[in-house]
Amino acid sequence: MSQADMTIAHGAGVMEESPFAIPSSKLVMWLFIISDACTFGAVLFAYGYIRNSAADWPLVFESASIWNSLLMTFILVSSSLTVLFAVKAAKADDRAGAFKWTMITAAGGVLFAILHIREWMSLIGQGARLFQNPWGSPMFGAAFFSVTGLHMAHVLGGVVALVVVGLGYKAGRYADRHIEIWALYWHFVDLVWMFVVPLVYLLNMKR
Amino acid sequence: MSQQSGSMGSMFIVYGAILAIAVVQVVVAMTMGPSLGRMLVLALIQAYMAVMFFMHLRDEKPNLRLALLPGTLFVLVMLNMIWADSFRLIVMRPFAK
Repeated sequence: MSQADMTIAHGAGVMEESPFAIPSSKLVMWLFIISDACTFGAVLFAYGYIRNSAADWPLVFESASIWNSLLMTFILVSSSLTVLFAVKAAKADDRAGAFKWTMITAAGGVLFAILHIREWMSLIGQGARLFQNPWGSPMFGAAFFSVTGLHMAHVLGGVVALVVVGLGYKAGRYADRHIEIWALYWHFVDLVWMFVVPLVYLLNMKR
Repeated sequence: MSQQSGSMGSMFIVYGAILAIAVVQVVVAMTMGPSLGRMLVLALIQAYMAVMFFMHLRDEKPNLRLALLPGTLFVLVMLNMIWADSFRLIVMRPFAK
C-alpha cells in the first residue's frame, strides 16, 4: 500500500469526499492534459500564424503521404481501443490480460512512431530541413517538424509510461487506476493527432 | 471514481465513427479541397467523441467537466487573437524567400 493509500485509508470517515469523485492522481492527469492541450493549441496556432503569413507556403504532401497519415490514424485510434481493453481487464483484476493489452497498445505506439519517422526521412531525403527546403517558405520545415515532433515525443513518452505501468501492474506494484490514468493520457495523444492530420497534412496536400 | 457506464459495444461504435470521419476527411480533402472550416468541424466531432466516450468525461461528475472544459476552451479561443497580426504580415511577406 502506498503512502497516499495509507493516508486515505487512515482518514476514511474523517476526510471530506473528493469534490470530483475521482482519485487525486486522476485529477492530476486531467490537469496535465488540459495544460498540454493548451501547449499543443499554442504550437498549432503558431504554425497557422507562420503558414498564413507566408506568401509561398509549399503544398508538399503527395497522396502517398496522405494515405500514410490515414494508416497512422488507424493505428493510433486502434491503440486507443486496445488501451480500453487494458483498463477493462485491470478493473476485472485480470493482471495478465491488462498487461497483454497494455503491451499491444505500446506496440501500436511504436509502429506509429516508425511510420512517422519514415515520413520524416522521406521529407528530409527530398531536401526539407528546419529552415530551408526546395519548395517555398523556409519556415515549412520548422513548423512541420515542431508540430509532428512534439506529438511524436508524446507518443514515445506514452509508450515508455505504458510499458513501465504495464510491467508494474503485472508485478503487483501498481493498481488498476494507474492503467486507467495512463489510458487517459494515451487517448489525449490520439486526440491531438486528430487535429494534426487535417491541419498539417491535409491542408498541405498537393493540389 | 467515474461510473464508466459506456459498454465495450458503444466503444466499438465510437471507434468506427472516429475512423469513418478520418476517411471522410481525406476523401473530402481530395475531392472538394481541404477547406480549413470543413477539416476543423470534422476534427472537433472526432475530438468530442474521444473525450466524452474514450476518456469517459461524460461519466464523470458535472463539476469536473465544469472545472476542465471552460478554462481550456477560453485559452484556445483567446489564442485566435493572433490572426489579425498574421494577416497584417501577409502584406509585409516576412517569410517569403
